[in-house]
Amino acid sequence: MKALVTAAAVAFENLLIPICALLASLLLFGMFLACLGNDPFEVFHTMYRGGFGSLFSWRNTLERAAPLMLTALCTALPAQLGLIVIGGEGALVAGGLVAAMTGLVCGSFAPWFVLLAMLAAAIVAGGCWIAMTGWLKYYRGVNETIASLLFNYIAIALLNHLVTGPLRDPQSLNKPSTPPIGNANMLGDMPGLGVHWGLMFGLSACIVFYVIFFRTTFGFAVRIAGGNLRAAKIVGLPVGRLTLITCFAGGAAAGLAGGIEVAAIHGTANATLAAGYGYAGILVAFLARQNPLAVIPVALILGGINASAGLLQRTHHLPDAAVQILQGMIFMMVLFSETYYGRLQALFESRRAA
Amino acid sequence: MKISATTSYPSFLLRLYILSRILLVSLLMSAPVHAGGDTVVGFIYVGSKADYGYNQAHALGADAVKAMPGVKVIEEENVPETLAVQNSMESMVNLDGAKLIFPTSFGYYDPHVLSVAPKYPGTAFLHAGGLYQEGKHPANAGSYFGYIDEAQYIAGIVAGGASKTGKLGFIAAKPIPQMLRNINSFTLGAQSVNPKITTQVIFTGDWAMPVKEAEAANSLIDQGIDVITMHVDSPKVIIETCERRGIYSSGYHADQSGLAPKGYLTGAEWNWPMVYTGFVKMLQEGKPLPHLLRGGLKEGIVKNSPYGPAVGKETIALANAAKAKFMAGDMVIYKGELKDNKGNVVIPARQSLPQTDIKLESMDYLVAGVIGSTGS
Repeated sequence: MKALVTAAAVAFENLLIPICALLASLLLFGMFLACLGNDPFEVFHTMYRGGFGSLFSWRNTLERAAPLMLTALCTALPAQLGLIVIGGEGALVAGGLVAAMTGLVCGSFAPWFVLLAMLAAAIVAGGCWIAMTGWLKYYRGVNETIASLLFNYIAIALLNHLVTGPLRDPQSLNKPSTPPIGNANMLGDMPGLGVHWGLMFGLSACIVFYVIFFRTTFGFAVRIAGGNLRAAKIVGLPVGRLTLITCFAGGAAAGLAGGIEVAAIHGTANATLAAGYGYAGILVAFLARQNPLAVIPVALILGGINASAGLLQRTHHLPDAAVQILQGMIFMMVLFSETYYGRLQALFESRRAA
Repeated sequence: MKISATTSYPSFLLRLYILSRILLVSLLMSAPVHAGGDTVVGFIYVGSKADYGYNQAHALGADAVKAMPGVKVIEEENVPETLAVQNSMESMVNLDGAKLIFPTSFGYYDPHVLSVAPKYPGTAFLHAGGLYQEGKHPANAGSYFGYIDEAQYIAGIVAGGASKTGKLGFIAAKPIPQMLRNINSFTLGAQSVNPKITTQVIFTGDWAMPVKEAEAANSLIDQGIDVITMHVDSPKVIIETCERRGIYSSGYHADQSGLAPKGYLTGAEWNWPMVYTGFVKMLQEGKPLPHLLRGGLKEGIVKNSPYGPAVGKETIALANAAKAKFMAGDMVIYKGELKDNKGNVVIPARQSLPQTDIKLESMDYLVAGVIGSTGS
């Protein structure tokens, strides 16, 4: 009975605290809007209309949320090992670039095969990209945060070099790109939704990785190593291998996001691949408290906020930065609310004792 | 405490229920909101509207449209060239009922305009870039662009007249044909005043790199260069650096004379107000919108900033003479024999390429007198 009450308290707390943090940041943002001379309620209504108010808005939100789910995993999975990896942007770029190259190499095969090969290549490329940071961390002692950040610059520079040089399509005069993979090989929309298949991949990746990292012995081993590295080594866990696999999994998710950008939207690799999804993913992962399952709703909320940004500019003449301020406030509030975990449980227990 | 906690529960649930009903109803009722009778025109910018450059030039065009009767203008800035711009365009059509949309960044066209336009045949999508291909692209799409290198040629004449060291600087984003054409035209303009003049080029690698641009400007000035121009999205940092270091600058995209009251010579500017009000007028009168609109100084799509105080009378006379030739339509910038800066002949003798010549669209060389290379 006691265990049940404790579990319920923990679950309730895990929901209540983030929701309160979100409400508090909305309150703060409302005050900020009022200071700017806007009616906060009208603005919130517009945000709701732009993000969730109609089927079109939902589609807009879902399309923006899809890549965020995948890039968030790039931070959330290594976090299970206690690593702070911020290399989602680089992994996305690596995935997109390799996907486009693969699409060119097997362009003459059946479209389903080309697509499969492109996405698989994107997964491997992104995975290896972040696995390199994991390797540097575990075997060479290089700080993974700095390494993954610098790897982003390397990936973007590599992309720019290849698309303006050796891989450039001579037809792409003023927007240097790789040759197009061809319309037949593009990834289509999910039937009835009008959203590309990336959403499906994002949702399934979050669920699958949640199961792997929270419901299997492998995941348990990873989280033990994340909790106490020395203890994990003493009980004989292969920490090096766990590090490489976990980093590979995170990078694979972001790489897949890049592959989908190429396969579903651009049809070619060019400098617009580095559009900031990787960096936004870091925010999503932290807001989700590094829980792959929580990544889904958080990505939806941020996707919705971003989807409404345009409408805010158009109807309330708010600068584009307004939405970034709201995101900053949410981020600060969620970090601040971290200090409240465990208090509710303590309250329950003290009451039972009394 | 205990009692209040239990009693607040049902009311909380009740509120949640009511809230969910409200959300459901509003979800079902939300339909496009049309401004009463006004034609809704949307503008989308890739950066800030107040960047003293590319986006500001377009926003000035939007301002001119705002002043027209019967028009409602909606604007979005900082929209990246991803799915985000597709969503912005669709949102403008679905939620605001836009009839005409100007996605102003070059990278918005392919694949974004090309995939959104067919879904909304009732809205026209006119893109800045001149990429429309007849028969291949949607009928409600279009593209427009200006031969801004004509204005750069004039700016080159002014720079050549003002330079004492005979060394000019050009800070450029990427070695793409459009960029090379600006660098070459600027240099050829300057060489028409002083054949020995050189232009040192620095490529920064991307459209908006303020730190690199400032470093490039400082290093050019340290080499004894005394006039700098550029082709980047926001020339602000470069112009300010030139003014602080006491050399001349020539602007790009918009009028930056306010940033450098002493050293600003002139600049190559877009004249988007004319282009945009023209398009909106055609729409209001029910005339078909042109799929491809291109032009230079003569058509009024590009212009030069007013000459700064440092420009001498003789130079003004030379620049105005060249401008008059452009206006009359008998000025040709690219004519043989023209050599690139590696000594190869790129245009043979007695051949001349008018501005509309398609060969100029794939320019991949720097003319003799330019110091730099097209490789990135």
